[in-house]
Amino acid sequence: MKYRAKVIVKKIENVADPEGKAIFEALFRLGYENVSSVRSGKLFFVDLESGSVDEARKEVEVIARDFLSNPIIERFDFELEVLG
Amino acid sequence: MKAGVVVFPGSNCDRDAFWAIKKPLGEEVEFIWHKDSDLSMFDLVILPGGFSYGDYLRTGAIAKFSPVMSAVKNFSEKGGLVLGICNGFQILLECGLLPGAMIPNEHLRFICKDVHLRVERNDTPFTNSMKVGQILRIPIAHFEGNYYADDATIERIEKKGSVIFRYCDENGEVSERTNPNGSRNNIAGLMNESGNILGMMPHPERASEKLLGSVDGLRIFESILSYCKTRLHSE
Repeated sequence: MKYRAKVIVKKIENVADPEGKAIFEALFRLGYENVSSVRSGKLFFVDLESGSVDEARKEVEVIARDFLSNPIIERFDFELEVLG
Repeated sequence: MKAGVVVFPGSNCDRDAFWAIKKPLGEEVEFIWHKDSDLSMFDLVILPGGFSYGDYLRTGAIAKFSPVMSAVKNFSEKGGLVLGICNGFQILLECGLLPGAMIPNEHLRFICKDVHLRVERNDTPFTNSMKVGQILRIPIAHFEGNYYADDATIERIEKKGSVIFRYCDENGEVSERTNPNGSRNNIAGLMNESGNILGMMPHPERASEKLLGSVDGLRIFESILSYCKTRLHSE
């Protein structure tokens, strides 16, 4: 069965996010004074073949934890979709 | 002494590192392709600067899976010396061979300039030719040189004396003002607890000849050579 994992990787709260800060400041200059914060992150679409949802979930968990994210500075989350 | 300079796809400071060992230092040096796995003939392995794998995903994140890196890990476990320069430091961090991580420079600019480093220890294979408190002038060229580790890790590395170089000014003052990229505790160079792996963001190979304006980087290579000679005599 084919699955698509949508993996979001974001920096942990107390790690400086200069990109998020730069985007936030630019938004302010564009007039969005009601925006209070921007944190940047990454989005990955990982398509994989797997025997079951549970198997796919376990595999994506390992891929996200050991490769797509650096646990010292990032956390991840993901959703799994059945493609067919 | 025989040195090896690892070449990853995207490394671009490998030739300068090779030159610094071959000419100013005058020792044997070879390139090591990232798929090679035999490092037994080397005393020193250099992971050079550059943009291995285009810095894709995270800087150093893909290089950590190159076949050579398990050889580097084994080599270091047997006491071999490893010097990670700039991208090389980033790779060592991603591998977990050194603690912490690199994030983008605080002011989001690629910084390319000479900086001053304060030598924190001189009882290491990398700094034995220097004095504690000595100031080195060596260039940096990076976008992701902002060293980060959590409070517990910072406390541990400070307690263990793992910090070898700190960003300072020409008088040795270490402060926010003298920090070019936001690195915690102005950390510019870090050693592992066994004392045989050094990661540093500045480029010593670019400060190894008078023609380039500074030979302070050469002092690091000379220290390594001295250490290797002493080790050979005691075997």
